[in-house]
Amino acid sequence: MVDTVVIPLLKILIVLNATLVAVTYMVLLERKVIAWAQSRLGPMRVGPYGILQPIADAVKLMIKEDITPVRADRWVFTAAPIMSMVPALIVFAVIPFGPTVTIFGHPVPLYITDINVGLLYIVSVASVGVYGIILAGWSSNSKYPLLASLRASAQLISYEIAVTMTLVSVILMAGSLSMVGIVNAQYNQHVWYVFAQPVAFVIVLIGGLAETNRAPFDLPEAEQELTGGFHTEYSGMRFALFFLAEYANMIVVSSVVTTLFLGGWLPPFPNLSVFHFLYYIPSWIWFFIKSFLFLYLFIWIRATLPRYRYDQLMRLGWKVLIPLGIANLIVTGIVKVLMS
Amino acid sequence: MFDTNELVLNMGPQHPSTHGVLRVVLRLDGEKVVDCDVVIGYLHRGIEKLSENRNWTQIILLTDRMDYVAAATNNVGYCETVEKLMQLEVPRRARYVRTILCELQRIASHCLWVGTHAMDIGAMTVFLYAFRERELILDLFEEFCGARLTYNSMRIGGLPQDLPSGWDKKVLQFCDIMDTKVGEYEELLTHNRIWLERTKGIGVISGPEAVGLGLCGPALRGSGVPRDVRKDEPYAAYDEMQFDVPIGTAGDTYDRYLVRMEEFRQSLRIIRQATEGLPEGPIVGKVPRLIKPAAGETYHAIESPKGELGYFIVSDGKSTNPYRFRVRPPSFCNLQGLRRLVRGHLVADVVALIGSIDIVLGEVDR
Repeated sequence: MVDTVVIPLLKILIVLNATLVAVTYMVLLERKVIAWAQSRLGPMRVGPYGILQPIADAVKLMIKEDITPVRADRWVFTAAPIMSMVPALIVFAVIPFGPTVTIFGHPVPLYITDINVGLLYIVSVASVGVYGIILAGWSSNSKYPLLASLRASAQLISYEIAVTMTLVSVILMAGSLSMVGIVNAQYNQHVWYVFAQPVAFVIVLIGGLAETNRAPFDLPEAEQELTGGFHTEYSGMRFALFFLAEYANMIVVSSVVTTLFLGGWLPPFPNLSVFHFLYYIPSWIWFFIKSFLFLYLFIWIRATLPRYRYDQLMRLGWKVLIPLGIANLIVTGIVKVLMS
Repeated sequence: MFDTNELVLNMGPQHPSTHGVLRVVLRLDGEKVVDCDVVIGYLHRGIEKLSENRNWTQIILLTDRMDYVAAATNNVGYCETVEKLMQLEVPRRARYVRTILCELQRIASHCLWVGTHAMDIGAMTVFLYAFRERELILDLFEEFCGARLTYNSMRIGGLPQDLPSGWDKKVLQFCDIMDTKVGEYEELLTHNRIWLERTKGIGVISGPEAVGLGLCGPALRGSGVPRDVRKDEPYAAYDEMQFDVPIGTAGDTYDRYLVRMEEFRQSLRIIRQATEGLPEGPIVGKVPRLIKPAAGETYHAIESPKGELGYFIVSDGKSTNPYRFRVRPPSFCNLQGLRRLVRGHLVADVVALIGSIDIVLGEVDR
């Protein structure tokens, strides 16, 4: 009873809440880091150094007037933010924050579940999220959101092909689709896949940026061109859901990249006994440090780079990343066959 | 089988990247701009007509409100026009100070341009950096005349007051700071691959065509036409200054960007020369108590940060206000080129192009 119901429920509760808190603080982190990059201070008013800013933001968004445009398709307009938020959250079901540990005599795995098609699950759930954006743009019945959602769908589909192609080469390396299996494979093969599959790593990172609509690929919400893009007509909590979904997706991407390429919860050099003292730091902390690096990288990129244009983005996806992904897959396959 | 329609997209007057209240009606085929219609007039305050009912000194105040990011340049242009009409001699010191103020103003205006232009293309850090340096210039102006945006910093025949002591040293200090900061902007943009892809080959216009459209200033020089009023018809103390007029070759957005970046450096060069060689002497010439030019008309142009800023003034010789007052605003003339420039480009390029012709709506509409 405890092992089958209570502990999983507790874990879901913790992961869900931790994610939501992380997402709101992600917003603060982004504002702070960008402010430092731009020689500003960032939020400073709410709480010491602005650390209570996310709470103020949340309260503000909740008490704001929630407007549905008269000509909008009411049901779809309401469903769209939910459709983009939910997939971003349920992906966390298969992300392993650590191996199985013993707490009060109970063996507790530090992940909600480990299914044998974990990676496939992530890819398919993540692609449901794009419907939220498409439907939001369409149901707003307004020109800017429509243009933005067309951009978004084209962008997400083309980058998804590149990323999925590339993930196959990781699966080939690990021989498993399970997220836990992939981490264990990295342990057993004595290598983080970022070193074994550098090309795949770069493609997944770029594709991940594009799929989360982050700069320099933030075309669907380009505020300078499309005045906010697909969420132009949204306000209040419904807008907040899109906002949170974007940041949740960023966390998803960095968690997935960490798991697949940086050995997930493993400390650096997990197989060398010289570095075994690193095991004293709990596994989930290693996981968070690594994910944080990517989140920081995403923010850094946003502060530095201009934005791609729509056609250039498509060109990069179809003419560079997809061929590279396929080539990488073929080379991985050949090497795998030759080595066995 | 499929019926396709053009999408009419209304951009502005309230839009984040139309730099004020410009309205552009775009006709789109997908994301491609088939045609565009530029609608202006949302900031019309009737400055030209107002000026005909103000006396000659009061008009200086109104000129502040045209190109409000380069108010000192407007003041200089107007005062010199009236001086030309009255054949007044301006002391050398006043002319030097005018040169320094004009060039400081050019840097401030270009700071605003580089910031917003980069922001339109998505690089938001440059915006904050450029505003940080613009702040230093505003401080210098504040010290000189007390105001930070609309200066009223000129008088017919000279200056309202002499420079505060130690001001010239601060200007030189600023020049040293700015020198490194321009490099900082360029580091972020000039060789950035995304920046190159977004600006190279966008809005190409040949030299003769640019002349035909009446473009002026950096937008014209980007197409390789070496027209600069400071060189061709020197005013203030420009005839005593050493400086180059940077020109582009391709006439695209990138070249217009490069031209303005080089103008930062040339402006600093002029400021250094003028500040170091600042002569002593009076700051106001022999101006009659009542300014009342003899009947006649004149046109005088100066090189504002945006291009050729000209004033055409008619005096009837009887009243203490101009009979006719007309401004040739560079932003207005450059805006004429927008329709030609955006055709065939994408929506994202429209904002890049609006940025690259560097308009201020206060000056377009007056």
